[in-house]
Amino acid sequence: MGSQGGFYQSKEFLDLVKSIGEARSKAEEDRIVLSEIETLKRRISEPDTPKRKMKEYIIRLVYVEMLGHDASFGYIHAVKMTHDDTLLVKRTGYLAVTLFLNEDHDLIILIVNTIQKDLKSDNYLVVCVALNAVCKLINEETIPAVLPQIVELLAHPKEAVRKKAIMALYRFYQKSPSSVSHLVSNFRKRLCDNDPGVMGATLCPLFDLITNDVNSYKDLVISFVSILKQVAERRLPKAYDYHQMPAPFIQIKLLKILALLGSGDKQASENMYTVVGDIFRKCDSSSNIGNAVLYECICCVSSIYPNPKLLESAADAISRFLKSDSHNLKYMGIDALGRLIKISPEIAEQHQLAVIDCLEDPDDTLKRKTFELLYKMTKSTNVEVIVDRMIDYMISINDNHYKTEIASRCVELAEQFAPSNQWFIQTMNKVFEHAGDLVNIKVAHNLMRLIAEGFGEDDNTADSQLRSSAVESYLYILGEPKLPSVFLQVICWVLGEYGTADGKYSASYITGKLCDVAEAYSNDETVKAYAVTALMKIYAFEIAAGRMVDMLPECHSLMEEFLASHSTDLQQRAYELQAVIGLDAHAVESIMPSDASCEDIEVDKALSFLNGYIQESIEKGAQPYIPESERSGMLNISNFRNQDHHEASSHGLRFEAYELPKQTVQARIPPASLASTELVPVPEPVYPRESYQTTTVPSVSSDAASTELKLRLDGVQKKWGRQTHFPSTSTSNSTSQKTVNGITQVDGSNTANSRTRETYDSRKQVEISPEKQKLAASLFGGPSKTEKKSATGHKSSKPSSHMVKSHAPKSSMEVASEKTSPVQQPPDLLDFGEPTVKSTAPSLDPFKDLEGLLEPTTQVSSAVNHSSTAAVTKSPDIMGLYTETPAGAHHKDSDILSGLSNSPMTNMVGGTTTMQVAQSSKSPNLKDSLEKDALVRQMGVTPSSQNPNLFKDLLG
Amino acid sequence: MIHFVLLISRQGKVRLTKWYSAYSQKERTKVIRELSGLILTRGPKLCNFVEWRGLRVVYKRYASLYFCMCIDEDDNELEILEIIHHYVEVLDRYFGSVCELDLIYNFHKAYFILDELLIAGELQEPSKRTVARLVAAQDSLVETAKEQTSSITNIIAQAANV
Repeated sequence: MGSQGGFYQSKEFLDLVKSIGEARSKAEEDRIVLSEIETLKRRISEPDTPKRKMKEYIIRLVYVEMLGHDASFGYIHAVKMTHDDTLLVKRTGYLAVTLFLNEDHDLIILIVNTIQKDLKSDNYLVVCVALNAVCKLINEETIPAVLPQIVELLAHPKEAVRKKAIMALYRFYQKSPSSVSHLVSNFRKRLCDNDPGVMGATLCPLFDLITNDVNSYKDLVISFVSILKQVAERRLPKAYDYHQMPAPFIQIKLLKILALLGSGDKQASENMYTVVGDIFRKCDSSSNIGNAVLYECICCVSSIYPNPKLLESAADAISRFLKSDSHNLKYMGIDALGRLIKISPEIAEQHQLAVIDCLEDPDDTLKRKTFELLYKMTKSTNVEVIVDRMIDYMISINDNHYKTEIASRCVELAEQFAPSNQWFIQTMNKVFEHAGDLVNIKVAHNLMRLIAEGFGEDDNTADSQLRSSAVESYLYILGEPKLPSVFLQVICWVLGEYGTADGKYSASYITGKLCDVAEAYSNDETVKAYAVTALMKIYAFEIAAGRMVDMLPECHSLMEEFLASHSTDLQQRAYELQAVIGLDAHAVESIMPSDASCEDIEVDKALSFLNGYIQESIEKGAQPYIPESERSGMLNISNFRNQDHHEASSHGLRFEAYELPKQTVQARIPPASLASTELVPVPEPVYPRESYQTTTVPSVSSDAASTELKLRLDGVQKKWGRQTHFPSTSTSNSTSQKTVNGITQVDGSNTANSRTRETYDSRKQVEISPEKQKLAASLFGGPSKTEKKSATGHKSSKPSSHMVKSHAPKSSMEVASEKTSPVQQPPDLLDFGEPTVKSTAPSLDPFKDLEGLLEPTTQVSSAVNHSSTAAVTKSPDIMGLYTETPAGAHHKDSDILSGLSNSPMTNMVGGTTTMQVAQSSKSPNLKDSLEKDALVRQMGVTPSSQNPNLFKDLLG
Repeated sequence: MIHFVLLISRQGKVRLTKWYSAYSQKERTKVIRELSGLILTRGPKLCNFVEWRGLRVVYKRYASLYFCMCIDEDDNELEILEIIHHYVEVLDRYFGSVCELDLIYNFHKAYFILDELLIAGELQEPSKRTVARLVAAQDSLVETAKEQTSSITNIIAQAANV
């Protein structure tokens, strides 16, 4: 089809597009568009514009709006165009309104009528166009207007209509689940549609439904499995093949659904094992779509009840992903690894180097994904390295959205796994310093509480050490020019409570600092308030200790300023400070006891200490107190206020819609009660049986209809009669609990494991190995790492770390020996079905493993790995690269798909080039690489293809 | 779910936008500006995915055109990459070795095709042939409508098409 110039477009329009294309600056483009808008405004409102002209104007409006300008003046004309009789015009009208209007636009109400009419059309193309519009435009309020017709269309003879009707219904479900809750059985019915397209479309709503309520759909497991099996066996028409894969998009949807259904359900999962295993085997891992399906398989395997064989296939696929040269596949591999380590944590160790390479990759996307993985595999042994890395990255980025996320992750990890108080405080300081305005205020409160309470150890000296170190670090940080408000609040509070506690700093020094803070951040009232209170505490402690208080001159001037402040809060605090300073030591001590922030203040609500005084007064003839409620004839102020309030709330607009006309309600009732029979997969006319049900089991039908007609009483305590609760979906609860149990069991043992492991200080490895291996070791730290080190622990002072250093070579040998066992059986060597479960089992005998060290297995295996990656290499991006065109780009011959036709060729080229790269990179420096190799073996890791020069000696 | 589809040229010119989630006109402009800054500057060897406001944007470059789709975090990025490719293949089949110019002048056609491919932010039709057949049916009807505007002949033509 010769497309140049397009269909029925005037020269004017072509010129417009052309001039926009040639515009050299945004300003020029804007000028052209604005003058176009003027023209359109004038033309479009002229009477008797021919239809074809009008259609073109509308398309020009779409164009203008696409370029980011406002075309709202023409919306009404687009709406009018949908009324037209000819499909030609109608289609354009619908296209325009779906692009222009969001579902909450006022004009939608004008289109509903047209849509209703078009849905009834006997031309299926008109119906299709209308259904497209329904998906985009119909909102919660207008759903009832078209719903009956949509339901009718589910049985339309044309598959295109059925498919769109399903999607429309799905959209309704998303917007307002209750509006179509009685129709969900239709989705089940359509699953058996003859047309694969309709069946495929049905999977979308079913996925959502199953996400929300797994247990009602367990009966469909068998059906889904058999559909997936048929798809994988190429039973669908050839037209659904995509790059030689049988209907991959449908496979992916089905795998997603199975993952939900099999999660924590052994019985359901067992049905899936065969088919998922088949797909693993059949997937073509050299094409992008094949890998997409593989990835989905991994997701499915890691979600359903674990099966060793499948986990092994998944691990294989992951290692293929990670060793690929394509960044996309690495990304997917990292993501998949994050899913799988929940079930088998040990697999991460095989991929240490690949993970570290991704972490250091210049590609931000990959880096972030890797942080996500590290976040998932953090435990007390590696928390320091991971959090340090995260913070470094956090400091380096500007993207506030991600900064917030990573900051809160740092805080979460630090709170959960902190090896020492000191480290915790340092970490928090860094987070606050660089992202203080982005973290939740609760985090700051937590930090204050932690400093006040300590870690709950009996040892008081540790707590006071913690506080002194906090004070010291804060005094140091205050030198920074600009600090976030939240962080300053923490600093002020800590300085106030503990600034003078250890006697290292004088009161005047601390107060001076506090005054500086209040002055430097004079437009932040919260910080100032914190500072004043801190000042008050310091002075109070001084007075209580019997020392003379002389206020600094800057403090005096600050107080004067605050006493006249506009902020009543600041004023009050300043007056309080003044009052406290004037009191004697005894009084001050009871008002402001030192280090009492954690003590609970007990409030005597009954004011019992006044009893004696009351007794005395009554004896003297005073009136006894009458509770407010018992008083009569008195002006009841609070009552008055209540009334006022009540009236205010009862006035105002009512936003809820008027009740629907009777008819629709009636139409709804039968389907609503129909819902009770939903478990029957294909609900045929069941009215007689249903009425029988209502009589015998009234609770069932009332339950189903309750959403429409009655108050919802599930879970609500009965007001009258015996105290009981309505059971709320008890069945689902019990099963979901089972689900959770299945997982938590694994998790539980996991964390228990990591708890028993001793803290491993990464810094000790610094001196003996290059960066990367060190990082690997600290991230993936071996299982039973060195009891010795726990003795030095995290609070190790400098001399003791020297001691450890001298031991380091020995301990690293041990480490290596313990880690070689997984290396001996890397899964890619045993690709042919031999189970590698052994490799995952933690080694018990370090000496046996030591022997393994001497065998050259690592070398061989890694060499094989490397060459296999080069062969497998596949580069989907290459296509795009090869089809580079000059900047002009407006040439007919810049064929978008030119790369597509010869993609196998380019793939091959990609493969060979990487081979060449690998070969060329293994030139000189043999000694260096030998050393590296030795280190790698010492660390007991399988290097990935990312470090080709590690194996120069073997390949050269 | 796909939240929106964007086609941006290498110079940052917008070629097509389709929004499946609600974004106001102001937000749309902002989104396009942010994303073109993010995507157009990326090197060729990097991932075809970008993280953006807690969502993922999958993009692929064909000649001088970037096809971008924004998805949820838990969607399958590789699959979306293939959906983009699927769309390009359908366009290619429709226009006959498609180029950017086809899309510039016939962007409404590109919209019609996209409407047959995606609906409500989900892939509705995985078969290229079905999509092509539907779009062709609409077009042929348009042709007849163009030739004979009288409504009676139109009805007959429609009936013949059904």
